[in-house]
Amino acid sequence: MTTSLEKAPTGPAPTHDGRRIGPLVYIGGGIVVLVAIVGVISFFWTPYDPGFTDTSLAKAGPGVGGHLLGTDRLGRDIASLLMAGARTTLYVGIVAVGIAALVGTPLGILAAMVPRRWSEFLMRGTDIMLAFPALLLALMFAAIWGGGITTSMLAIGIASIPSFIRVVRAGALVVLAQDYIPAARVAGRRPFAIAWTHVLPNVLGLVIVQASVSYAIAILAEAGLSYLGFGAGLTTASWGLMLQESQVTLGTDPLITVWPAAAIALAVVGFNLLGDGLRDRFDPRLAGR
Amino acid sequence: MLRRLGIRTLVLLASVLVASIIDFLVMAVVPGSPAQVTLGIGATPDAVAELEQQMGLNRALPVQYLDWIGGVVRGDFGNSYSSRQPISADLLDRFSVTLWLVLGGMILSLLIAIPLGVIAAVRHRKLSGILISGVSQVGVAIPAFLAGLLLVSFFALRWGWFPPNGYVVPADDPVQFVRHLALPWIALGVVQGAVLTRYVRSAVLDEMGQDYLRTARSKGLRPLQALMRHGLRNAAVPVLTVLGVQLVTLMIGAVVIERVFTIPGIGSMLTDAVANRDLITVQGIVFVLVVFALLVSFLVDVLYLAIDPRLRTR
Repeated sequence: MTTSLEKAPTGPAPTHDGRRIGPLVYIGGGIVVLVAIVGVISFFWTPYDPGFTDTSLAKAGPGVGGHLLGTDRLGRDIASLLMAGARTTLYVGIVAVGIAALVGTPLGILAAMVPRRWSEFLMRGTDIMLAFPALLLALMFAAIWGGGITTSMLAIGIASIPSFIRVVRAGALVVLAQDYIPAARVAGRRPFAIAWTHVLPNVLGLVIVQASVSYAIAILAEAGLSYLGFGAGLTTASWGLMLQESQVTLGTDPLITVWPAAAIALAVVGFNLLGDGLRDRFDPRLAGR
Repeated sequence: MLRRLGIRTLVLLASVLVASIIDFLVMAVVPGSPAQVTLGIGATPDAVAELEQQMGLNRALPVQYLDWIGGVVRGDFGNSYSSRQPISADLLDRFSVTLWLVLGGMILSLLIAIPLGVIAAVRHRKLSGILISGVSQVGVAIPAFLAGLLLVSFFALRWGWFPPNGYVVPADDPVQFVRHLALPWIALGVVQGAVLTRYVRSAVLDEMGQDYLRTARSKGLRPLQALMRHGLRNAAVPVLTVLGVQLVTLMIGAVVIERVFTIPGIGSMLTDAVANRDLITVQGIVFVLVVFALLVSFLVDVLYLAIDPRLRTR
């Protein structure tokens, strides 16, 4: 399945001249910033305490009793839960994507610079790792250590490493085919220096694109895991957990399910749009289109 | 051609071997021992030691691995730690349920994505094409299990058109089988169909710019005719990759969808085993799912050879 990536080194030079940032970046970036701001605000202020239960006012509709989006079946304020859930989403995503980028980027550059048989070995390794997607790896970890935010983040992060390796390697191959690379070699620069000063800065754009895409995947994986009961603990606010708890009232009060569902979808759209928009700007294979 | 096929088969076998070792090792690093996990924290050291003896856990790791993989090759996945029953029979039943679920969703997504993707590409400057692209973007954002929850809420619980959950074996009652799987199929099919529509559209758009299609049109074929007769085979190559990835995604995603609809497939078997800390069952199910993923990627590569004659000569 790697055929399309193998063509990379013969592509056009990675010039970004004349390629502007499109509207997708602003829309997607706006959504991402909104989620981030809401998550940060939730540390200092939420309309109600997200853990406060008021059974006398359970399953209230939007606006009833001062609850902007209503309350869930335990009488907790949905708007406050959503705000605190944004925090969990951001936290899980940052750690998971951070792990993947920090491990995957150097490995991807390495795969582009080492002799062919070593890179072949490394790429076969990523093929096998791709057979262990985030959800599956997280369930394996949950079986061993029990569920929880930490095991989820770790599993999602490890499972996202292969896509970083692939994307970075493809980008690095394009950079390494440039004329200034042999020039730098002739000038006596060591491979590590070439990787650090020439390759890394030129693939950073691709890393950011991949981070955005992986972030969307991490949000979905966290929501799925929390929904299954292997993610966030019962005392942590999480959109996936809200979905799970709302399933009891699905027949009578579907709105309680719609809110966290909409929050998840919005955050995923935001990161996907941001990734798509940035790819138009940064991917050397799309240059000149 | 045969040489390529042979090499690819060897790669598949080696990948399965490595994956099985990863699967085994990850499950073997459990703190304490599986016997401890099975008996709970309050168990006496003697009881743990006795159970370890029974489970064969006091042997060296390579011996344990060879014993396990040797059984798997013969179709014996061992006995569950929690129920003490053989895993294999259950595994096969559950896998077939999930296969019905996933294949149904897959077929539906193809029925949606191919016509819509082609129309969106052919009419990409007209309103209908732009509309299809826009709607598919929304579908991409909604994971199947969210769609499933909302479908259950309205079509099952509110209007009662379909049963909200459960599963009926097709041989017992085909009509009830379809009624029970209709909502999960729609949830999977519409969401995956939306994703696939975008790939079909861009693959067809890529082909439409090619010289050979201009030639075909200059002999008098209409745009859609030229595309149907010459372009689709070429556009199928990138779409096939996505299809393979999607099939694997659906299989893993079944874990969540099966919880939404309480379908007794391999996904719910996995979540039950994880909740029970039934490590040997988890190990077996993970192996089956990983082999499935590797097999799909193998089949996609083989299908490339069938579709694209240029690859055969290299």
